[in-house]
Amino acid sequence: MNQINLLFVGVGGQGVLTASDIAAQVGLDLGLDAKKSEVHGFSQRGGVVESHVRWAPQVGSPTAEQGTVDVLVAFELLEAARWLDWLRPGGDVVVNTQQIVPMSVSVGDAVYPPAEEILAALRARARRVVIVDGLGLAEQAGEVRAVNSVILGALSALLDTPAQAWEEAVVRRVPARYAEVNRAAFRLGRTAARSPATV
Amino acid sequence: MTKRLLSGNEAIALGAWEAGVRYASAYPGTPSTEILEALARYPGVRAEWASNEKVALDAVAGAAFGGARALAAMKHVGVNVAADSLMSLPYTGIRGGLVLVSADDPGAFSSQNEQDNRHYARLGKFPCLEPSDSEEARQFTRLAFDLSEQFETPVMLRSTTRLSHSKSAVEINASVEGRSLEPLPPFERRPDRYVIIPAIARRRHPVVEQRLRDIAAWGDHSLVNRIEWGNRAIGVITHGITYQYVREVFAGYSILKIGMTHPIPAQMIRDFAAEVERLVIVEELDPIIEEQVRAMGIPIAAGKEFFPLCGELTLGRVREGARAAGLPVEEVSGSGLKPETILVPPRPPALCPGCPHRAFFYDLRRWRKTAVFPGDIGCYSMGFLAPFDAMDTIISMGASIGMAHGLKRAGAQEKVIATIGDSTFFHAGLSPLASAVYNRGNIVVAVLDNRITAMTGGQHHPGTGVTLQGEEGRRIEIAPVARALGVEHVWEVDAWDVAGINEALKAAMAVEEGPAVIVVKGACVFIPEYQRRPPLRVDAESCTACGTCFRVGCPAILKSAETHPRTHKPKAQIDSLLCTGCTVCMQVCPVQAIQEAG
Repeated sequence: MNQINLLFVGVGGQGVLTASDIAAQVGLDLGLDAKKSEVHGFSQRGGVVESHVRWAPQVGSPTAEQGTVDVLVAFELLEAARWLDWLRPGGDVVVNTQQIVPMSVSVGDAVYPPAEEILAALRARARRVVIVDGLGLAEQAGEVRAVNSVILGALSALLDTPAQAWEEAVVRRVPARYAEVNRAAFRLGRTAARSPATV
Repeated sequence: MTKRLLSGNEAIALGAWEAGVRYASAYPGTPSTEILEALARYPGVRAEWASNEKVALDAVAGAAFGGARALAAMKHVGVNVAADSLMSLPYTGIRGGLVLVSADDPGAFSSQNEQDNRHYARLGKFPCLEPSDSEEARQFTRLAFDLSEQFETPVMLRSTTRLSHSKSAVEINASVEGRSLEPLPPFERRPDRYVIIPAIARRRHPVVEQRLRDIAAWGDHSLVNRIEWGNRAIGVITHGITYQYVREVFAGYSILKIGMTHPIPAQMIRDFAAEVERLVIVEELDPIIEEQVRAMGIPIAAGKEFFPLCGELTLGRVREGARAAGLPVEEVSGSGLKPETILVPPRPPALCPGCPHRAFFYDLRRWRKTAVFPGDIGCYSMGFLAPFDAMDTIISMGASIGMAHGLKRAGAQEKVIATIGDSTFFHAGLSPLASAVYNRGNIVVAVLDNRITAMTGGQHHPGTGVTLQGEEGRRIEIAPVARALGVEHVWEVDAWDVAGINEALKAAMAVEEGPAVIVVKGACVFIPEYQRRPPLRVDAESCTACGTCFRVGCPAILKSAETHPRTHKPKAQIDSLLCTGCTVCMQVCPVQAIQEAG
């Protein structure tokens, strides 16, 4: 693999930006050029968070073009639907099953689409849709906040890159006392993505 | 030499440190905030939050007059606040290098407008450098200091959100670690320059004009501007982050990348234009380069009529523009394809669960029929959103108080209640309050004091008493300041006390002469002072599905699947992971259905 466009999406506070930081670092560690881009500000107050990561021998724009994302990595189910048109037809999706109800829904102005409807839309556009219970697996690893390590584990299983590079980048990024928990979370995510039941 | 991923902002800080910056000052503002936060961590740099951008620039100018290299950083609209001094610094000239970082926000991701601050460089007649990635941000920052000292002028380094908040590889040169700076030389008195009275201003103006011509000549031969020759059927002139889109969309064609966008390298542009068949200018926001190139009499095949004036440029928008202009650019498969539609509900930002602004807006809303609500800039700007609908104007930092006064003085029949945050109050709220007291304006000013600059991610300010570099500062309390300014009616009220806020508002509205100030005190949920309590719960039996608690607009209060048997309206439930136990919903519940756990 020598180039890829990744798009990480989710809700403020989910760890989306840490995950995209790690993914960009992995690209650099693999000897490629890497860039990432994120949007701050209002979006951090429970709003939408998006972050692009691009690897290539030489990356120009830090953001990909709509319809050219190779893997859409969604930390929240609804956000996968929101950003789906950024995915290249035939690209891959990693989607966390967590649902965070937006204010527009909780005040009754809008409806959260049924999960099955969202998954069907994802499947209609993507080649592979990997569904991960991020919270469940993180809890199983021993730390609910390790969701982003679970997601990165699942993402790593889709890419033609050494798992070691990802695992090391994850462990380097977190405080030492959380290293093993995150390593476990990463491995659970990777294993889950490889089991046929999640695809 | 190792490579590290740095954001544009982190790279600017690194470049400044490598350049020997001694002093830096800023007021936080997206997308500029991280520059000072990063710089504050380097040894041997004094980095401070100023109370506003003008104060920051003045402090930095003082340091530069004293011979130190100094940097001010602010968001694009912050430069408006600093502009008074900025316009005269090219006249005075400086001694130590002075770099002003202007972080613009094309796309207005978190700003009130999309102003293009390259206009300030033209207006003030000083150079403007525009890097295209983090490595260049580091290099251009160093260059900006050199240029500033060489030509004795302030230099603007212009970033944009997409540069400031993107990360790319930067070379970290270990050898510059542990820089050592000479002690600052004695202050050199230069009344012929630094005391910019009219006679001196008139004498200095020609110096400013000559300097600009000298810098333009320097730019024609500097590596800051560069030509990448390729196929000469098309030649593209571009700048800043836009260069990254151009090099992908126009791969293989010739590119003139302008790194110093003011003054433009006129000779280089002429030479480039003469060598290419079709000249294209791709510029984000205003056609500043384009208008100058047109004024030079050079024909342009495609410019602003194809590459939009409004909004951030992107790969897609540049490709679309090129296609519309009939330029032979590569097509990318998949782009522009829409998947089958699924109705995705919007996810607007909201006040956090436990936010100290919630109870105030819940109560303020009740005065909608009898009062007008001029507002201000911060997290509390979300008071304009449903379900509060309790902010009628947002213009600029500090504007709420002045607008409230003017509206009332013009004869408004309604009561007028201005809402402003603590950091914004120190930024630009003191002067309008003094003015309202002086002119005996009859307004209510609510200062929502959450003890932090929250919107930008939690920066300290004069009301917190802690400096950017973590030392104990002097905490300035707002109520005594209001009294000292001559406000006779001042209340302090707990941010989560719904009845207390209601009483204070009632009392303040009853004041018939002079301004009244209510300080609503409660720490932001993101700072250590905030006291999180066990989550609350809804007793479904007692809940009458009246919907009152939904009107506090808390993300932790959800509509339950359970409905009231008679009205079929949904009852409430509380997300125990999100709830911080602030009790605002509990206080408003008319039937005491919301209870403390256990």
